[in-house]
Amino acid sequence: MLKIHQLHKSYAIGDSSLHVLKGIDLEVESGEMVAIMGSSGSGKSTLLNIIGMLDEADSGEYILDELPIKNLTEKKAAVYRNKFLGFIFQSFNLINYKNALENVALPLYYQGMKRKERQKKALFHLEKVGLANWAEHLPKELSGGQKQRVAIARALAANPKLLLADEPTGALDTKTSYDIMNFIQSLNDEGKTILMVTHEEDIANMCKRIVRLRDGVIMEDKKVNQVRAEQYV
Amino acid sequence: MFDLDLWREIFQSINKNRTRSLLSGFTVTFAILLFTILFGIANGLKNTFKEAFGTDANNSIVIFAGRTSQAHKGLQAGRKIQFKNEDRDFLIDKYGDKIQYFTSKVNKNVSASFRGEKNSYEVRGVYPEYMFIENNVIKDGRYINQNDIDKKTKVVVIGRVVENELFYKVNPIGKYINLSGISYKIVGVFTDDEGDNEEKIIYMPISTTQSIYGNNDYVDLMHLTYNPEMNSDQALAFGNSMKKSLKEKFDVARSDQRAIRMFNMAQGTKQVDVMTFSLTIIILVIGFGTLIAGIVGISNIMIFIVKERTKEIGIRKALGASPRSIVSIILIESIIITAIAGYIGLLVGVGVLEYIGPSLEVYFIKDPGVNNSLVIGATLTLIIAGGLAGYLPAKKASKIKPIVALRND
Ligand SMILES: Nc1ncnc2c1ncn2[C@@H]1O[C@H](COP(=O)(O)OP(=O)(O)OP(=O)(O)O)[C@@H](O)[C@H]1O
Ligand SMILES: [Mg+2]
Repeated sequence: MLKIHQLHKSYAIGDSSLHVLKGIDLEVESGEMVAIMGSSGSGKSTLLNIIGMLDEADSGEYILDELPIKNLTEKKAAVYRNKFLGFIFQSFNLINYKNALENVALPLYYQGMKRKERQKKALFHLEKVGLANWAEHLPKELSGGQKQRVAIARALAANPKLLLADEPTGALDTKTSYDIMNFIQSLNDEGKTILMVTHEEDIANMCKRIVRLRDGVIMEDKKVNQVRAEQYV
Repeated sequence: MFDLDLWREIFQSINKNRTRSLLSGFTVTFAILLFTILFGIANGLKNTFKEAFGTDANNSIVIFAGRTSQAHKGLQAGRKIQFKNEDRDFLIDKYGDKIQYFTSKVNKNVSASFRGEKNSYEVRGVYPEYMFIENNVIKDGRYINQNDIDKKTKVVVIGRVVENELFYKVNPIGKYINLSGISYKIVGVFTDDEGDNEEKIIYMPISTTQSIYGNNDYVDLMHLTYNPEMNSDQALAFGNSMKKSLKEKFDVARSDQRAIRMFNMAQGTKQVDVMTFSLTIIILVIGFGTLIAGIVGISNIMIFIVKERTKEIGIRKALGASPRSIVSIILIESIIITAIAGYIGLLVGVGVLEYIGPSLEVYFIKDPGVNNSLVIGATLTLIIAGGLAGYLPAKKASKIKPIVALRND
């Protein structure tokens, strides 16, 4: 699914530069569910953003679904983000003046899908996350967990091959977190490849593989026995 | 290509972000409103200047004769200069191409009576051309004609006020009016929109007046209009040239200011021209000023709007929006808001002018109004400015990395 080789990334801070990713090597197969862990500032989000084409690496190789991601035009990048990638953010990033259904339908709009079809599909995904009754509600009328479920529905709407989540449960309580994890596990069961950044060991253990970062390099990469979230809901 | 979905996106954005839309629209509305009102008032001032010169042909020249104030060629000072019929021919011969209408004039005061109604009026013996010089309108019957001049017929044309005062419920046409003991047939009634005084006058063929009052060919004054294609400078030069010719003809010293006198409307026209020109300059400055203020305003707001929407742009890009789609929603949104707001400004401005217009007449502002195409031009300028002002930051925003846009709070 994706292959990363000797990936480097620095941020310029004033005159100096901060070397955040110092040669990352990572391979993820289709159908995997990977947790990226590490202390704060270790570069987890930076890595995930580069994988999600929201940011660019300084050097190194990144191949997504057999396509080398390098010097793409913005137009091409937009197409790949739309087709291959689904994002779930810690802060949800819903558009505040659009209701749940419109938010979910937005990636479909950028796919050029017809309005009727778009709404049907968006409603289908809202149903899947259990929010069909909240379709007409604005984000501000939803709870954190509900917002994250709308965000998940939106990430799924375009049927991406790879789902990227940066601390998807970071803003939620334990109970709601397990709810969300249960749902993400079911997506993975259906075959979706999932990469998520998390701080919490219990959440990481609900994945099938844990990659630990420290100081910009991968310190540990191991398969784990997946803990099912189901038992906690 | 009409992309309904794109327009839906834009209208939702305008509608759901009302404060923002109103704020940016208000600037444009205000600029156009100000523009319309200032222009309207300036136009009103212009109208007042124009009207101050009435409907009399404003290209007329009147020539009087007086007494000489200086001795010249052996002739003493204090000699009376008398114009005659031949002077008209003299001037027409010499300046025919520069003259539009020409009449000599004899003035008399008479007491008029008709079936017991009496009053005193001014009689003017004139040529038929006088009607055009005074801009009189024939209400009934006809004006003096050349046949009257040739045959010295005893006919008169009376003013509307004369008709009202002497002819109660009687049609005066064909009736005979007695002027200081002599009967004249009334052939016409005229009106003049410059007021009652101009309608308290009786016109008569000049030849008739001359033969009855004095039996000579004396003329009190000459009144002409110059070719309207001449500008005021040319007309002033023309007047001076006529004056000079007459001075030579009557052996008057060049520096004599009294013997031949002239009232040339071009003098006033020239002042009005200067006034109008200054007003036009002021209008242009005001217009440009408001427009520039509007442009600056809308530019600032567009930059602000794009900044405010940066995060939204980041979200849209993360979901697969192309740079072009980002630019078009922002651009079209700004154009729509500017266009609607500009139109409202125009409507309100025109409304205000209509409403307060009449009460401004005391301030010498008459019929303030604007040329619609001018205001539409101003609105278009603002739309283009708003579009450009929106385009540049939108273009920039569409190019930044999604993660940078997303971090923007
Ligand atoms: N745009 C940026 N400009 C400058 N420095 C940045 C930028 N983004 C991240 N950094 C720095 O890079 C380092 C890694 O940041 P990153 O967000 O990847 O950390 P993280 O592992 O996700 O941390 P956390 O667990 O707190 O989210 C941090 O030291 C951060 O301060
Ligand atoms: Mg992070």
